[in-house]
Amino acid sequence: MSATIEKLSDVVIKFAGDSGDGMQLTGGQFTNAAALYGNDLATFPDFPAEIRAPQGTIPGVSGFQLHFSSNEIFTPGDNCDVLVAMNAAAVKSNLFNLKKGGIIIVDTNGFDAKNLRLANYAEGANPLEDGTLDGYKLYKIDVTKLTREALADMAGLGMKEKDRSKNMFVLGFLYWMYNRNMDFTINFLTEKFGKKPEILESNIKVLKAGYNYGDTTETFMTRYEVPKAKVEAGTYRSIMGNQAVAMGFVAASQKSGLPLFLASYPITPASDILHDLSKYKNFGVRTMQCEDEIASICAAIGAAYGGNLAITTSSGPGIALKGEAIGLAVMMELPLVVVNIQRGGPSTGLPTKTEQADLLQALYGRNGECPMVVISTSTPSDCFEVTIEACRIALQHMVPVMLLSDGYIANGAEPWKFPKASDIAPIEVKFKTKLDEGETKFLPYKRDEKLGRPWVTPGTPELMHRLGGLEKQHETGNVSYDPENHEFMIKMRAAKVEKVADYMPLQKIEVGAEKGKILVLGWGSTYGSIKSTVLDLIAEGYSISHAHVRYMNPLPKNLGDVLKNFEHVIIPEINSGQFIKVVRDKYLVDAKGYNKTQGTPISKTELKEFIKTNYSK
Amino acid sequence: MSEVIEKAALTSKDFANDQDIRWCPGCGDYSILKQVQTILPQVGASLENTVFVSGIGCSSRFPYYMNTYGLHTIHGRATAIASGLKASRPDLDVWIISGDGDSMSIGAGHTIHLLRRNLNVNFLIFNNQIYGLTKGQYSPTSEENKITKSSPMGSIDHPFNPAALALGADSSFVARSVDRDPKHLQEILKRAHAHKGTSFVEIYQNCNIFNDGAFEVFTEKGTKKMHTLLVENGKPLIFGDNNELGIKLDGFTPKIVNLNEGNSANDLWIHDESELMKASLLVRMFDDPAKEGAMPRPFGVFYQNDRLVYEDVMHAQIATAMAKPGDLDKLIAGKETWTVN
Repeated sequence: MSATIEKLSDVVIKFAGDSGDGMQLTGGQFTNAAALYGNDLATFPDFPAEIRAPQGTIPGVSGFQLHFSSNEIFTPGDNCDVLVAMNAAAVKSNLFNLKKGGIIIVDTNGFDAKNLRLANYAEGANPLEDGTLDGYKLYKIDVTKLTREALADMAGLGMKEKDRSKNMFVLGFLYWMYNRNMDFTINFLTEKFGKKPEILESNIKVLKAGYNYGDTTETFMTRYEVPKAKVEAGTYRSIMGNQAVAMGFVAASQKSGLPLFLASYPITPASDILHDLSKYKNFGVRTMQCEDEIASICAAIGAAYGGNLAITTSSGPGIALKGEAIGLAVMMELPLVVVNIQRGGPSTGLPTKTEQADLLQALYGRNGECPMVVISTSTPSDCFEVTIEACRIALQHMVPVMLLSDGYIANGAEPWKFPKASDIAPIEVKFKTKLDEGETKFLPYKRDEKLGRPWVTPGTPELMHRLGGLEKQHETGNVSYDPENHEFMIKMRAAKVEKVADYMPLQKIEVGAEKGKILVLGWGSTYGSIKSTVLDLIAEGYSISHAHVRYMNPLPKNLGDVLKNFEHVIIPEINSGQFIKVVRDKYLVDAKGYNKTQGTPISKTELKEFIKTNYSK
Repeated sequence: MSEVIEKAALTSKDFANDQDIRWCPGCGDYSILKQVQTILPQVGASLENTVFVSGIGCSSRFPYYMNTYGLHTIHGRATAIASGLKASRPDLDVWIISGDGDSMSIGAGHTIHLLRRNLNVNFLIFNNQIYGLTKGQYSPTSEENKITKSSPMGSIDHPFNPAALALGADSSFVARSVDRDPKHLQEILKRAHAHKGTSFVEIYQNCNIFNDGAFEVFTEKGTKKMHTLLVENGKPLIFGDNNELGIKLDGFTPKIVNLNEGNSANDLWIHDESELMKASLLVRMFDDPAKEGAMPRPFGVFYQNDRLVYEDVMHAQIATAMAKPGDLDKLIAGKETWTVN
């Protein structure tokens, strides 16, 4: 008797287990298989701050949420259709997010007395037996036992090693359930464990055992099919935000003809950029892991002075430490890109959770009048283009640029119709190498049409000069304590940042009409939630539009006009209201915030409810 | 054939510029500036390939007075900024100018990492044992019990011994000199420049405003010879008014012996710059000169060792990787792609 196949347009799966259970890898594999199949998708990993929090406990639960669909989608989904739970703690911490009637697949081995106690279930309570899960489709599988049985003939492996491939059983089972091909994962395993044939064999065996278990056990009567999405024609890959940032820097280096120099100190959730760029030495990339955050921005400043495309990557706490040196780069007017992959704060805060609460830090978090260009990314694939844009602005305007991403974008994945290298515009960089006609003396702070100053690197004969953090005299760059010069230079540095607006695109409306009743104005990782909310509300008859700001400072020249075309402006942010302060201050618009600071993205459901409760069609 | 233009040899004046020097009259920094300007033409330095990087403090004004490239940066970070510059531009001749506050207090964290990484830079620490620019607080090298504006009952901080700290951080070149001995200072600066690796040079520098005479026991005629030990590679450790005293090693303990009392110079400790263990003892000769039986304070190159420099290895790795240059299209596409028609 074979299972029936039910067609679905959208599925959200949450993989949850102990942080040692390999849930991130399992989710990543299913994601890539779905991408290769042609679904649109979005993912959201959710892991504990501790590498291995105590086994079996709720803080130790690591999760990976995947939304895949036959339609175009913009978020990893609000609630799950399927919860894969490797132990009791995974059920306890994720059940609230499972749709009523949803599917739960559990490894029964993770529900013994010890696991139940560690998950804080009351004495004698077991969700698998006490009715807690009534109303859900519960699939109880003794994954541990079945994994061991599948490997019974592999005497060379110890019990611990055998148990490590449990996640492959679950993955195989899901491949069966969603009618997917296992080839992608088999190739992946072959590449990963090619040199360890026993481990490779055991993983593939267990993967197939999981698939066959679905196929041969008559308990499971339904399989699902999520057809390919109708997306724009082209060649795609799956991309995570931090990967795209790293590649964007390499592209900018190639397109500007400058060597890339990254100085960085490891910090969650930015470290992957350091890892990736350290691998790209075949592109001439220079990476330096410094002793601390301050050293890393300082080394980057030194490299910028030396004529490199210099960058430093960090997260909020690290950016706080870099503040004084950013001021130095502002004063010395050197090109530099500072990346902030935002996380929950303040202080150490929630290192592995997402937040957008460093915007005001980026705009104002330095001593003195210290404006800098701030640019933000909105999705994983957007990171590529934004990173190149950040480099272009830094190099052509001789300014430090702050690039804001966040944990949600950094670790989230989506399909990306990637560009050809030849389609990426070159970045023209000018070094001054000699005095121009008619010049008798080199003036290090003489301005060009962009108000930038000349970039002269050491080694250039006849143009020796000194830079520093003390106030500079206009044009000569000599130390100056003259009061009027100081005010002039403060205004000059601000005008120089403002001038960037002449060289960037105007603000456009993402979805909806140019004029209407409600504008939802966003920036950063709220992109997907806002877009899908607004699309839904338009379908329901609302006069509503969505605009998403990339350039946070300077703001696009027409933003004020865009705002005037709407009666109401709503600004959703994963902070207590930061961009809204800027907008209200600059445009005197009575914008309303929708704010949330729970370390998680804003969901479509809640944003839609907020708008429907407070605004009429 | 490229055209060869005969350039007149540079002189010390070429390294000076038109900026007014703003150190207090009588400051030891003047001498150090002069000695640096003197040796640069001698070691074949060029104006355009030389960069002076400083932090904050009186000494850190230094780059402004040099007709080379220069950066006057932020407090304690000259080492880190110079590291990025040198790592990315190994062709440049990079000098770091720092003080005891800059390099041993606010920037101490970077100092030790510069030393262990061993970038090929010259690192000059103007040690005046006081905060001068902020007008006279005790520094991390000030002696205990020092009365200053921030320690009216005497400093309760134990001071760093900079040379020992540097050696502890595996510095490949550790030396000490003093502003009042131009000849010695020039010699040490030339040695520092010649060393490939981070050359740590502690320079005792008199602050005649806030800590006048801090080192006079090592520089004044009457006391200098009894309290100063000039070390030279391959030579015995001899000092004293008439070079009558020597240092002998009794196990691990240095002992002062009198050469007129039956001791032979052949039995004395022979200085060997390449011996780490002996250098470790030498830098620990750090007694308060006022102490009864104090060991003399050594000056000279204590330790020199050629080991790999950071930027060489960094660029060697890149060269190895570049043997198969990356393809941007391949990088962007990654390993798995799919095509939608």
